[in-house]
Amino acid sequence: MNFLKRTIPLIIAFVMGVTMALQYYVPHEVSQSLLKVVSRWGITIGGFAVFLGAYSLFHLHLTKIKRKLPGWGYSTFVFLGAGITIVFGLYNGGEFFWQDKQEGTMFEWIYFNVQVPAGATMFSILAFFMASAAYRTFRARTNEATILLIAAIIVMLGRVPIGTMISQYLPIAADWIMSVPNMAAKRGILIGVSIGAIATSLKIIFGIERAYLGGGD
Amino acid sequence: MIERLINLDRRIIFMFVAIAVTVPLLAKFNLPVRTTRDVENIFNKIDSLPENSHVLIAFDYDPASKEELQPMAEALLHHCYQKDVKVIGMTLTPGGTGLAVSAIENIGKQYDKTKGTDFVFLGYKTGVELVMINMGENIYSAFPEDFQGNPTLNLPVLEGIDSLKDFDYVVDLASGSSIEAWIAFGKEKYGFDLGAGCTAVIGPDMYPFLQSEQLNGLMSGLKGAAEYETLIKQESSAVAGMSPQSVVHILVVLFVLFGNTMYFMSKRNR
Amino acid sequence: MYNLPNILISTVFVFFCAFPVFAAGGKTLIPPTDFEAYDTPSDNGKGVSLRWPASPSESIDTEYVVFVSRNIDAPFVTEALRINSQTMYEDNSDFKYHYAEIDPENILRKSSAQNNQIRKKEKYYFKLAITSGSSIVETGKLASALPKSDWFDWKKLNNFVLMISFVALVLFFINHARKSPNLFIRKISGLDAIDEALGRATEMGKPALFVHGLNGMGSISTIAAVNILGKIAFRIAEYDTTLKVANIDPIVMSVSQEVVKESYMEAGRPDAYVEDNIFLAASEQFPYVAAVSGIMVREKPATNFFMGYFYAESLILAETGANTGAIQIAATDSYTQLPFFITTCDYTLIGEELYAASAYLSREPLLLGSLRAQDIGKGILIVALVVGTILTTLGVGFVSYLFMAG
Repeated sequence: MNFLKRTIPLIIAFVMGVTMALQYYVPHEVSQSLLKVVSRWGITIGGFAVFLGAYSLFHLHLTKIKRKLPGWGYSTFVFLGAGITIVFGLYNGGEFFWQDKQEGTMFEWIYFNVQVPAGATMFSILAFFMASAAYRTFRARTNEATILLIAAIIVMLGRVPIGTMISQYLPIAADWIMSVPNMAAKRGILIGVSIGAIATSLKIIFGIERAYLGGGD
Repeated sequence: MIERLINLDRRIIFMFVAIAVTVPLLAKFNLPVRTTRDVENIFNKIDSLPENSHVLIAFDYDPASKEELQPMAEALLHHCYQKDVKVIGMTLTPGGTGLAVSAIENIGKQYDKTKGTDFVFLGYKTGVELVMINMGENIYSAFPEDFQGNPTLNLPVLEGIDSLKDFDYVVDLASGSSIEAWIAFGKEKYGFDLGAGCTAVIGPDMYPFLQSEQLNGLMSGLKGAAEYETLIKQESSAVAGMSPQSVVHILVVLFVLFGNTMYFMSKRNR
Repeated sequence: MYNLPNILISTVFVFFCAFPVFAAGGKTLIPPTDFEAYDTPSDNGKGVSLRWPASPSESIDTEYVVFVSRNIDAPFVTEALRINSQTMYEDNSDFKYHYAEIDPENILRKSSAQNNQIRKKEKYYFKLAITSGSSIVETGKLASALPKSDWFDWKKLNNFVLMISFVALVLFFINHARKSPNLFIRKISGLDAIDEALGRATEMGKPALFVHGLNGMGSISTIAAVNILGKIAFRIAEYDTTLKVANIDPIVMSVSQEVVKESYMEAGRPDAYVEDNIFLAASEQFPYVAAVSGIMVREKPATNFFMGYFYAESLILAETGANTGAIQIAATDSYTQLPFFITTCDYTLIGEELYAASAYLSREPLLLGSLRAQDIGKGILIVALVVGTILTTLGVGFVSYLFMAG
């Protein structure tokens, strides 16, 4: 069992990791064909994974409804929403799913009148949360915090048209803050992150980091 | 009292934000939009393309990011159709298909463009970077059929296109990580010009790619879309959105200043 | 077999080619003096490179046309390239040479009736002409090339050397760590706080919630997050608390289920493992945010872990969590989201600390060894950056070429 759950996956990770790392340096058509095949495997596996996700989602909510767990009423909306959308999707405006996709169907109506506004509503919450987070945390407690505070105010004003009306130098100052000191700090983090990512990849390829297979080290 | 103001109930802040958004929308006033070099670069690239060039637009965003990215998509499409450039659309986000189709087709109709000849929407494909690699090898193998189920092999709009490197320009409109993937697995591997549009939240993530010229231009957030609308002289929802955005920014600045005043007053009292 | 239009085109072409210099609207077209074609180096065996010197007749309305044929005796009717004469200059040639890379097989296949036929590798022949309006003048020289596949991309040599050096460095320090396991690792408060946060969840009888960002299993951030999840699940099993893992990606969900299950088994509590606690909340960004925020508001987890790569959802999740009074620990390499986590979470691991977490929590010498290699690698890069900046400022640019992407 350990051989199947540990050794085989580690061998696959090593062989595929080394092969695909070297593939980057080999332009030969054999190498390109290999890349194509592997990318198709990835797409195929990704396709099947959707079923795993759907199973998990429905199983979880079905259990909640069966056991009448707190908030089970919300779970009914999962089935209601998914059921209605799937039915209209398959119905395809009366032409059914085996025909080409029709236009102006009920499925499209649900998309534009339920999914689009619901998604936009969630995204818009961000503006409210940003305002409250900024109010709570932007305090000039130290010299560094004061510099950050001033920079934030310049960027906030310089990034909207009203900033230009206040002063024509505000957008220029905002651009400078974003592309010089901000970028310098980000590049520092980015270099560290990239080296860390390469080291982690190597640990995975060589089987040193195996916690992702489960069961600690 | 001061302590209460320092720990102001966030619902009061929310209420002020709601008013700051609603009033400018109802009052309907537009503010002049200053264009930036990064957006101008995308505009200039499309403007310089000869007739019948091919532009690939990846609509990699879902309905949640519609308010920021759909105006960008629409402005880009207006420009492409005005220039008689052939538009090929696709998405790597399953929720993005409806928005992409509506933008490509509705704006196409305004310019009497024909589906399959002047534009096509290839639809959604799972796999992100794997799809890009597949498209880089052969676009017909990645998308054998378009969104409506028509075989792509003989579509007039794709004449002269075999793989990603045949596109004259690629623009990725993204709410997630797809721009980095387009750079690493698209542009760097197959060598095409790449521009991008993204939500304001991830905009700063993209600046290093502008400086390294891996992106030739960038539209960031609603401001980016408003700049593009200004450049094509078709001011629409993005430009209209600039007034509430400006007022909210001013409001946040005022809140921050107010919060700091209260903070220093409480420190002095102590 | 040639069809009628082809015969006509070739007749016209042969007619024009009979005159080496042609007057067009009072302007004389002088063809380039040389023309060469050769296999494009470091490619997949499809490309042919074309190079020719600039003609004195170049102008805005003059074009270069390259014709391709499989056979030296056959008429050259298929256009392989048509460019404005003032474009596609060779890099660093000071506008004296033109350079283009083409895929002749693809061009010929498209123009042929049997366009799906797979052919053996063969030599291609090219003719270059300069044209303006209806006039066309060809160069006297015929060029040919046989494209070949290459086994190494020499443009990426610097990248390859850097990769091998870094691999050697990592392996050396891992081996070194095996011999002397007591490597120093600096304190990371966010990771030290995990026990305290889980203890609080146990005392309150509330669950701990784990969120591993939006990326899939192909992302290093997600793998690092799953590694931390394994360690957290082990402690949770020991404390006998509930762990909830809300996923957005079905593959990440399956891996997380396996990792948590194994951790519970290792802790001797396989009975406490509940598969439904590691679930798919939604498959898209904002529906996922709605689902996870709902869990936070309804179940009020005592501890929230945000580990992995995050986008615009970070602030909504962390702010909702902060509002429910949970202890929040975040770790992300998504630097645009760091300010949001820093303002709303109790502890935030920045950038590479996310990758170091697994080594930190397990204190496994081999994993710690790789951290030392990371530090050395970073030191080398800092030196290269400083030296490179100084040399480039002084006008010595070779350091930039050493690090140039191929």
